[in-house]
Amino acid sequence: MFRRNGNQCVATFAVDEVRVLRKVAGEVVGLLMDGFDHTDPVVTRLFPDIYPDRPDDSAEFRLYTEGDLKTGKIDQAGAILAALPDDGPGEVRLDGEEAEAWLRAINDARLAMATRLDIKADTDLGDELDEAVIHDPGSSRVFQLSVYAYLGYLQESLLNALPEIEER
Amino acid sequence: MPQVAPVETPQIEEVPADDRPWVTIVWDDPVNLMSYVTWVFQKLFGYSRDKAEELMLDVHNKGKAVVSTGARERMEMDASQLHGYGLWATVDRA
Repeated sequence: MFRRNGNQCVATFAVDEVRVLRKVAGEVVGLLMDGFDHTDPVVTRLFPDIYPDRPDDSAEFRLYTEGDLKTGKIDQAGAILAALPDDGPGEVRLDGEEAEAWLRAINDARLAMATRLDIKADTDLGDELDEAVIHDPGSSRVFQLSVYAYLGYLQESLLNALPEIEER
Repeated sequence: MPQVAPVETPQIEEVPADDRPWVTIVWDDPVNLMSYVTWVFQKLFGYSRDKAEELMLDVHNKGKAVVSTGARERMEMDASQLHGYGLWATVDRA
């Protein structure tokens, strides 16, 4: 989890955490590059229609903005990959700009996972995880739910480690 | 010299009936952390922490909130930037 150290947000990750973070960031990049598919509900959530009742206007707007938005999302996921140790445990130190990219990228990863896991407003993550463990402790759903919960804690810790934003 | 009364040209601003401003709306979703949404509003709009928190709670409790108001192009830019942060934003007439 992140903590504040001077002007930086610092975290020490175990080897499993490094691998999980590399995996989820890599999956977001993959989704945005090779696998980009407008009918994928994850893509629909990450790139919502700007005019829900006017598909033509939404499509026209998408034409002009989607490329930049996609590049931005690939870059922010790349910021996670760039800051992590190659393999094995290690420390990550983020300046303000890097911390922002991490926050945004963790959020994209959480949105993608929540869509796949069918997380709803009334979903209790603890109950969901208990149920999945009873069903099959070694299942992919148990792993995905655990990673999703972990990313939430990590994002919260990074938000708490940020310096206070100056008011304009 | 004949005295001519100055002709007053009335300054009427032509306001078309549907020239209302546009708004950017953020919708509630089950994923984005409350602290993250507050941070995005502070970061993107320069709102104070109190104002950002109030807006976040509106989104959370009412399902949606208007986060900015103005010209259409400006609102489209705001919504697009909010998408960059992963918030679910749309544009509509005020």
